[in-house]
Amino acid sequence: MTETTAATERAAGAPRKKMEVSSTDVAIEITKMNKWYGDFHVLKDIDLRVMRGERIVICGPSGSGKSTMIRCINRLEEHQQGSIVVDGIELTDDLKKIDEIRREVGMVFQHFNLFPHLTILENCTLAPIWVRKMPRKEAEDIAMHYLERVKIPEQAKKYPGQLSGGQQQRVAIARSLCMNPKIMLFDEPTSALDPEMIKEVLDVMVGLAEEGMTMLCVTHEMGFARQVANRVIFMDQGQIVEQNEPEPFFSNPQHERTKLFLSQILHH
Amino acid sequence: MTDMTDLSYVRTTEAEAKPAPVSTTGFIGWMRRNLFSSIPNTILTLIGIWLAYSIFAPLINFAFVHAVWTGDNRDACLAQNVGREVGACWPYVEAYFPQFIYGRYPVEERYRVDIVYLLFALLIVPMLIPSVPAKRLNGLLLLVAFPIVAFFLLVGGVFGLPVVETSQWGGLLVTLVIAVTGITASLPIGILLALGRRSDMPIVRLLSIIFIEFWRGVPLITVLFMASVMLPLFLPEGVTFDKLMRVLIGVTLFSSAYMAEVVRGGLQAIPKGQYEGAQALGLRFWQMMRLIILPQALKLVIPGIVGTFIGLFKDTTLVLIVGMFDLLGQVQSSFTDPTWASPSQSHTGYLFAAAIFWVFCFGMSRYSLFMEKKLHTGHKR
Repeated sequence: MTETTAATERAAGAPRKKMEVSSTDVAIEITKMNKWYGDFHVLKDIDLRVMRGERIVICGPSGSGKSTMIRCINRLEEHQQGSIVVDGIELTDDLKKIDEIRREVGMVFQHFNLFPHLTILENCTLAPIWVRKMPRKEAEDIAMHYLERVKIPEQAKKYPGQLSGGQQQRVAIARSLCMNPKIMLFDEPTSALDPEMIKEVLDVMVGLAEEGMTMLCVTHEMGFARQVANRVIFMDQGQIVEQNEPEPFFSNPQHERTKLFLSQILHH
Repeated sequence: MTDMTDLSYVRTTEAEAKPAPVSTTGFIGWMRRNLFSSIPNTILTLIGIWLAYSIFAPLINFAFVHAVWTGDNRDACLAQNVGREVGACWPYVEAYFPQFIYGRYPVEERYRVDIVYLLFALLIVPMLIPSVPAKRLNGLLLLVAFPIVAFFLLVGGVFGLPVVETSQWGGLLVTLVIAVTGITASLPIGILLALGRRSDMPIVRLLSIIFIEFWRGVPLITVLFMASVMLPLFLPEGVTFDKLMRVLIGVTLFSSAYMAEVVRGGLQAIPKGQYEGAQALGLRFWQMMRLIILPQALKLVIPGIVGTFIGLFKDTTLVLIVGMFDLLGQVQSSFTDPTWASPSQSHTGYLFAAAIFWVFCFGMSRYSLFMEKKLHTGHKR
């Protein structure tokens, strides 16, 4: 127990890469956040501060609460204790604030969650038109811009079911980007993809990272983590066990559970 | 020809395409494959042909071959006068046709009903054809302007139009008024009830469940009796409202409960990811429902929705028991007229009523199939 607590405290500290800390630089501030599913304690005393422009990769065994944690950030899951402040707005039951946060936070899901009854273009323009009240023409221009960025403008008139998994996930990323979000959350974006499609999605994500997007990414793509992450977080049993910059995280993990996890996913 | 002794082989000439054997193509091939592929299949085919013959042959004989087409009264339709077996007595239907369509609506005011029929046709047809533009305006006219215009035209009392009591309405007019009102009102109410039943708010959920289960638990006949006989007893002295109105409300609430369960079935088939995708984009609850969830859910349950519509359309005949004369009621009441009394009178009347109902219901059925195909975007996920 003591060892775990110590690790949590160490993990909860500020990122090692020193940054000028002022309140406007903080994108997400999670303090002492707890969540239960019924009686089951899924997230335990989570402390996490994400700076603007920071790219964070979260990994950990299944059931460790990593997806639940990032889903709390845009209120797809409700937390019961502690506070989450996103872009200066604290998440409460106030629906207005939830809406405000969701407008600024994009999310990409494991199973894409594209809307099958709408074309690719309509998927991308829906939220700008209805949430941002943008004129249709402008929304379509923006959508085409982002579809070009993810390299599938020629699919704009098709329906999601006519696209491959990798293409669908790239559309899902473009759809989020059309809302011009300040923060992007990725919940295992490549886990449901065939191996040859993972790269095309990761390429888009690397591109985003290089442009300075604030990203929280739950993934087991360790190559991606090494390449773009400022920080890698390891979660287990609902707590942050260890966090570090990628190089020391992979070469010199401190916690026993991190070592075990890394040995299992890196040398199988 | 090529030398086949070697293992390596290179084709030097193109193989010619030969016609398929006669037994597998064309009409004969189709029959062989589908009707006579095995002994049991052959037996079933023969039984089917025999059944179809024994049902349709008498029907066609009755309706067309042995039918009487002209005449002024019952004498034209009596076997001893015609000198042969007599089928349908169509002059009777012709003579009664205005009654079947308008009921006892005053003859000189029937043009008002015609205008309503015409307006409805002019608005519903472009609405149902997907390629016709201006759907929003069309829908607005159909759902807002038309009911108001139709109400004042049919009831009267304004612009110098004499009032026509609803007790004088009848025939197809009553059938269509009840069916169209019930259909257009029960779908939105049903959707709201379905959403209510799935709501996170316990009170809303409880009220929806009570409402749905109450209306599904009582027979429509009971509802109609309550509406026409019991309800006036509970209302304070002097407060009356129209019997047709009471029936309309009863039928609408009754079918909206069924509609709610159909729609709920569709809502349950929508994966959680669709809700999350919509929420993550910042859509509000009603936007999410209107733009993402309901279009998919309703598309899934089109067969169920249209099934409920068809059921409602046919259930309008039950208003007969509270003393209103819909198409079937009007047909039945004409049997008492001695002018046309003949052995085949009632058969002819029922056949006519059945044919009208069948045309409407079959139309709805085909249209639902058409919409299903039209809305299918070629994938499931």
